[in-house]
Amino acid sequence: MSMQHVVFIILSAIALIGALGVVLNRRLFRSALFLVLSFVGVAGFYILLEVELLAMIQLLVYVGAIAILIIFAIMLSRQAMVADDKVLNEQWILGGLAAVVLCATLVYVLVQVNWPVVEVTVPANSIQRLGESLVDPNGFVLPFEVASVLLLVALVGAVIIAREK
Amino acid sequence: MQVPLSWYLVVAAALFCIGLYGVLSRRNAIGILMGVELMLNAVNVNLIAFWRYVEAVRATMAGQVFAIIVITVAAAEAAVGLALIIAIYRNRHTVDVTEADQLKL
Amino acid sequence: MTANFFFNLTWLIPLFPLAAFAIIVLWTNRNRLLSTWVAWIGIGLAWILSWIIFWLAGYHAKYLTASVENYPVPLFSTPTGSTELQVGFQVDTLTGLMLFMVPFVCLMIFIYSKGYMNYGTQAVDSRYSRFFAYISLFACGMLGLVVSDNLLTLFIFWEVMGLCSYLLIGFWFEKKYTDPNRITPKQASLKAFLTTRVGDILMLAGMLLLYIQTGTLTFKEIFSTEVLEQLATTYAFGQVPWATVIAILIFGGAVGKSAQFPLHVWLPDAMEGPTPVSALIHAATMVSAGVYLVARTFPLFVAVEGGTQLAVVAFIGAFTALFAGTMAIAQNDIKRVLAYSTISQLGFMFAALGIGAYVAAVFHLITHAFFKALLFLGSGSVIHGVEHGHHHSEHGGHGHESPEGDLRSGGFDANDMMNMGGLLRRMPATGWAFIVGALALTGIFPWAGFWSKDEILADAWNAFVHGTEYGVAKFWPIFVFAMLALAALLTAFYTARLVFLTFAGRPRTEAAHHAPESVPSMTWPLIILAVFSTFLGLFGMPWASRVYSLLGEYGTIMGEHIPHGEFNALVAGISLFVAGLGWLFGWLLYGRKPLVEAVDPIEKPLGPVYTLLKNRYYIDQLYHKVLVRPVINLASAAYAFDDRVVIDPIVDGVGRFGRWLSEWLKKAVDNPIIDGAVNGVGRVTTWFGEFMRATQTGQIQNYLLVAVVTILFLLILFLVRT
Repeated sequence: MSMQHVVFIILSAIALIGALGVVLNRRLFRSALFLVLSFVGVAGFYILLEVELLAMIQLLVYVGAIAILIIFAIMLSRQAMVADDKVLNEQWILGGLAAVVLCATLVYVLVQVNWPVVEVTVPANSIQRLGESLVDPNGFVLPFEVASVLLLVALVGAVIIAREK
Repeated sequence: MQVPLSWYLVVAAALFCIGLYGVLSRRNAIGILMGVELMLNAVNVNLIAFWRYVEAVRATMAGQVFAIIVITVAAAEAAVGLALIIAIYRNRHTVDVTEADQLKL
Repeated sequence: MTANFFFNLTWLIPLFPLAAFAIIVLWTNRNRLLSTWVAWIGIGLAWILSWIIFWLAGYHAKYLTASVENYPVPLFSTPTGSTELQVGFQVDTLTGLMLFMVPFVCLMIFIYSKGYMNYGTQAVDSRYSRFFAYISLFACGMLGLVVSDNLLTLFIFWEVMGLCSYLLIGFWFEKKYTDPNRITPKQASLKAFLTTRVGDILMLAGMLLLYIQTGTLTFKEIFSTEVLEQLATTYAFGQVPWATVIAILIFGGAVGKSAQFPLHVWLPDAMEGPTPVSALIHAATMVSAGVYLVARTFPLFVAVEGGTQLAVVAFIGAFTALFAGTMAIAQNDIKRVLAYSTISQLGFMFAALGIGAYVAAVFHLITHAFFKALLFLGSGSVIHGVEHGHHHSEHGGHGHESPEGDLRSGGFDANDMMNMGGLLRRMPATGWAFIVGALALTGIFPWAGFWSKDEILADAWNAFVHGTEYGVAKFWPIFVFAMLALAALLTAFYTARLVFLTFAGRPRTEAAHHAPESVPSMTWPLIILAVFSTFLGLFGMPWASRVYSLLGEYGTIMGEHIPHGEFNALVAGISLFVAGLGWLFGWLLYGRKPLVEAVDPIEKPLGPVYTLLKNRYYIDQLYHKVLVRPVINLASAAYAFDDRVVIDPIVDGVGRFGRWLSEWLKKAVDNPIIDGAVNGVGRVTTWFGEFMRATQTGQIQNYLLVAVVTILFLLILFLVRT
């Protein structure tokens, strides 16, 4: 049980408790906050996995944009939120059951498989490499560009949809 | 790399299932959206864990790129989804999905 | 063109009129002129071919000593069980003689019919073409009968003629009379058919027995010596050989068809048909078919030495001749007098056959056909004229109706001789031709009837004196002779009565006063037939009998000896005397002072006898009471019983059972099972629908849950498998 393990456990606790908070909380606003907590936990995971860039991106995008966006939306739909006495829908039992069983199954499988793990150190210039692969024609330039277009489209679409007539 | 890969995977699975529970069981549309974000996060964790433990030897950045794309998509989807929710809220003054049951015969 | 060529064409003879029948029925029905010509051509062709064959058959018979044309030609055979029935035609001198007479007389009658059925006038018969079709079919029947070489086809054609007789007697089937005792054409045709049927059944029985005994119906085979021997020596029952039984049964058919006692009742009533029909069927051809039949099967009759069949024939023939003669003198209907005359003359022929005078019988058959046809046609002409005269005087215009008296003319009977008189002056051609016929009938020298009738009497006398070849008891022929002589007397008497009542004196009614002569198409046949009636007899003069030469050798070939009718001056004298006596009586009563009123002078003196004769010895009434009524009553009773006791309960029962069954089924099957099933299907569907509807919540989370569960399920499945 090294330091890594402990850190891992703490981080996973943060992430999982945050997640549970999201889905179990009665009040939506608090769910949003728990969501932020969960995101932070996940960012911690990234750092542990030595992909610092991604951790930063996680924090910036998820916490800084998406979570804020969600909170905006919550605020904008506040009227209904107040009379929010029912949190769960009719099928929550089944849903819960499905989730639990799925989790159990996945865990069972994941634990048993002999993953072909390779011991290797992350290259020092990983960020540079990442940048290069994003614009490399033999690399991932296409998904990169498509993702850009996607963002553009989403932006335009969101504006149109949420516009006041 | 002392933490075994399977731990990460288990955590990711748990995160995913919790998110799934949120999607399946919550009434509020925004709550569901949050569940979706959790699931996407779990996926990302999975991807990066695998990259780190399996793929990194080949020195490609595929895992990271994949995760970045996922984050991008998640953002776009969150934006559009929330816009939709706001639009629906304006129309029906509710964000309760059980009241949006027109997708049927 | 050898003789054989024509003999081989004999089968065509009946086919010409048959084709005419078919053509008229199928195509030319509406066109009267065409129908007439089709019928004329049909019979005309048959006549030409017949005379060619007759001449050839006779020629060969005279100059060919070896074999007379006993020329049976099998056409085809029908396999029937164990044996085959041969169908074919036959030409010999007997056939030849018949072929001489039949088509020619038919042709005369066909020509006459055109005028009689009022072609070209307003009163033309509405079923004109059908008439010609029927008589063509009838001609086919008679000609087919004559050329048949076996009993089966003979019987078939026999029946064809029976059918045509029915159709033609009842030709004016819609006619009704005010007098309920007067028989209508519809009833008369049925009566004719049923009465001859009795005879036909006997004949059929005879044929069947013959077939059983010998296995064949072909003449050539039946008349072979072995077969005749067999029939004569094998016994049906007791001491009676098969030959006798069969011969008598076949004679039964002749009795029916030729209207001999006791099956004579249909012929007088058959006069309800049009006069050409009476001439054709009931004078010249059909009734003589019976005589032909006996002549043809003659070897069967003489097969047994001293057999009773000949005696039966002779007795019935002679008795009928006398019997019919007595009834003829009390009839007022001109056609009925002739009808009884026919019955009487046929009796002469059968009597002749019965005493073995084969040649005489056939000779008389031929001559009788000619002068009887002449007489009938003449009477038709007279009736036609009187009818026209009646309408002339009644309506003062041209309102023509069907010739015989009927309802519409207010009960005026144009057939009744009491309504005639003085017609010789009005209708000279008809009158003189008729008188020729009358002379021939009564047997006045030198007309045809004298020669043939005299020959019969002569043969009877000879048979009595010398004994016949057939071992008939010696005294039989004298009875025959006496009866025939008496019948001849009566013949002359009623014929004279007929002639004087119709043609002599002054017209007794307005109708007779205005009666016109008939059209040429009617008078010319009369004239032609009169010529034949005059000169035909010369062919049978005893000392140079052509007829004997024709038939005698045929007889020799058959192995029988036909007696040659020698001229017997005594008999000739008796026959002339008897005829003259009859004429004298007739003239005394009807000719000297022609009747002015419609009262018959013999009515009072004869008294009750007259009534008896007029009512035909009440035999018709007797038959009706004893035979017809019981059958009809039985049929009605059976029908009533059947209908009410058997059929109605059955029908009702079936109905009730059906109802009960359907109700039960409804309760037991329909309601629970079918309704249940149908409703059940509905219910299940509804339930299932409701159940399935639940899945369509419209809520995406539900759908998602389903997807998740499915994936989970598959996942676990894979897990478990591996």
